[in-house]
Amino acid sequence: MVFSNKLLRREAAFAYMMLIPGIVLLLVFTFYPVIRGLPLAFTDYSVIDTTHWVGWKNFKRAFSDPTFGLALKHSLLYVVVVPVLQIISILMAILVNNKLRFVSFFRIAYFVPVVTSMVAAAIAWKWVYEEQGILNYFLMKLHIISEPVVFMVETKLALVGVMIVTVWKGMGYYMMIYLAGLQSIPSEMQEAARIDGANRWRVIWHITIPLLMPFVLLCSLMSVMGAIQVFDEVFVMHGQLGDPAYSTITTSVYSYKVAFADFEFGYAATIGLLVSFIIMAISILMFRYTRKGGLTYYE
Amino acid sequence: MSETSTAVTASAPAARGYRSKKTSARKVLQAVIVYPLLLLATCLTLGPFLWLLSTALKNGDNVYAYPPQFIPNPITFQNFIDVFNIMPLWHYIGNTVYMTVMGVGLNLLLCTMTAYPLARLRFPGRNIIFFAMVSTMILPNAAGMIVNFLTIKWLGLYNSMFGVVLPSAISIFNVFLLRQAFITVPKDMEHSGRIDGAGEFRIFAQIMVPMIRPAIATVVIFDFMAFWNSMIWPMIILDDRASYPLASALSSLNSTLAYNFPYIAAGVIISVIPIITIFLIMQKQFINGMVGAVKG
Repeated sequence: MVFSNKLLRREAAFAYMMLIPGIVLLLVFTFYPVIRGLPLAFTDYSVIDTTHWVGWKNFKRAFSDPTFGLALKHSLLYVVVVPVLQIISILMAILVNNKLRFVSFFRIAYFVPVVTSMVAAAIAWKWVYEEQGILNYFLMKLHIISEPVVFMVETKLALVGVMIVTVWKGMGYYMMIYLAGLQSIPSEMQEAARIDGANRWRVIWHITIPLLMPFVLLCSLMSVMGAIQVFDEVFVMHGQLGDPAYSTITTSVYSYKVAFADFEFGYAATIGLLVSFIIMAISILMFRYTRKGGLTYYE
Repeated sequence: MSETSTAVTASAPAARGYRSKKTSARKVLQAVIVYPLLLLATCLTLGPFLWLLSTALKNGDNVYAYPPQFIPNPITFQNFIDVFNIMPLWHYIGNTVYMTVMGVGLNLLLCTMTAYPLARLRFPGRNIIFFAMVSTMILPNAAGMIVNFLTIKWLGLYNSMFGVVLPSAISIFNVFLLRQAFITVPKDMEHSGRIDGAGEFRIFAQIMVPMIRPAIATVVIFDFMAFWNSMIWPMIILDDRASYPLASALSSLNSTLAYNFPYIAAGVIISVIPIITIFLIMQKQFINGMVGAVKG
């Protein structure tokens, strides 16, 4: 007994030794920002000047700041990419779940945008959107438009242009998750339905999709969080001001600008905090709603 | 779905002769519908990069030609040569490799070291530590960047590659993945090591870590991708543009060199070649790893 106690103590000592470096880093770079972000949001910290506690001033400023209003509107608007992204990904997954020749080639081709950097993707798309670019060419060939549209400069189209990049970059990723989901569904269930005379679409609609629901929820939650925090695509295509005229600015881009161009770290932390609250509220709502829906998780 | 239809046929052997004709007709029809859809989607996913590649291979006169030239005529590699003269591309590549190797190396070391005790060792506080880690996964990181920047500055790591890598030197996601893998290793492996008199660290490093090779491959792939593609954090931490990695350099060149797009196109193509090559070589692990990570 004494012996085993000693052994246990040695095991524990070794465990702590192994854990220390990782935990220290997590404390400093993952936990501390959460704790430090809160008081920072109530100060005018700017590196340059002395710091004062300013109370709710930053929050009041945020609510009357038209640029933040625009950024917030765009970030929330950005969530429309989620259903589009999920539906396309599910369709792609159903498509590549077929046992066909060359199907693995297609899976790979769809995954290429996922592995490349967002910078490369955004620059490639910027070129697609050019006045002399291929998008204008095809749209004119198909007689959808009569003269070239400058997608990057048109205020009403610029944000949609960025959303398309997000969907394009993300669909291969979610497709893979859905493909895994599809392959985890026992084929007997679909067979049984077909023997009972259900056609292909009924099988997809009544069996495949419901069984895929847990995956849909996970993916939707992930992409809602990603959509609200969208940064790279906007930043590379439209800069830190969300050109043209703030028409593409999102909360993450705006908080980058406030912090690293204007050096108003306190105010940037306030924006970060507000966005965090929104994201947490939405995720709690999503969990609530889906539980209420009485969905049974397939395992 | 072909699986379903063939399975139905197999389960009814008496009707096989009649049904197989029907099935093959259906298969042809299915292929006629499915392949064009698959090809259309391929054009959409690869199209923008192919268009960029085509631009990078054009000479100056043809870049803005209308109607657009899909296959450049003549094909020139001049842009790829010039881009190395116009910007310190080798330097950027070197920075990216340095950052990626350091990031992946640190992650492997720290994440296995953190995951192993959580999976296999008994010590007080294990569950608390684990749940504290789980809880951070639901926290959005909107404010993290600002505080981390201040911390890096305070640590005196501003403008150093170490400062770029350190905040992501350990990822909770990787810790989970590796913990899951360590849990599945049979107990006997550990026991036999103990009986042979191996110390705790040797059991970890020489028995347990080699046992979870697939999970480690997944972590390497994910981190390689994340570090190779990272853009904004290096731009924040590195003051000096000469020490930028490729993605950050391309992002800043995108605004300053906009007048000469073929160079940027060539730069982008060069920047995606390594990651796509690695993806093509390891695509099986890549895809399995990703799927496993989500399901596990």
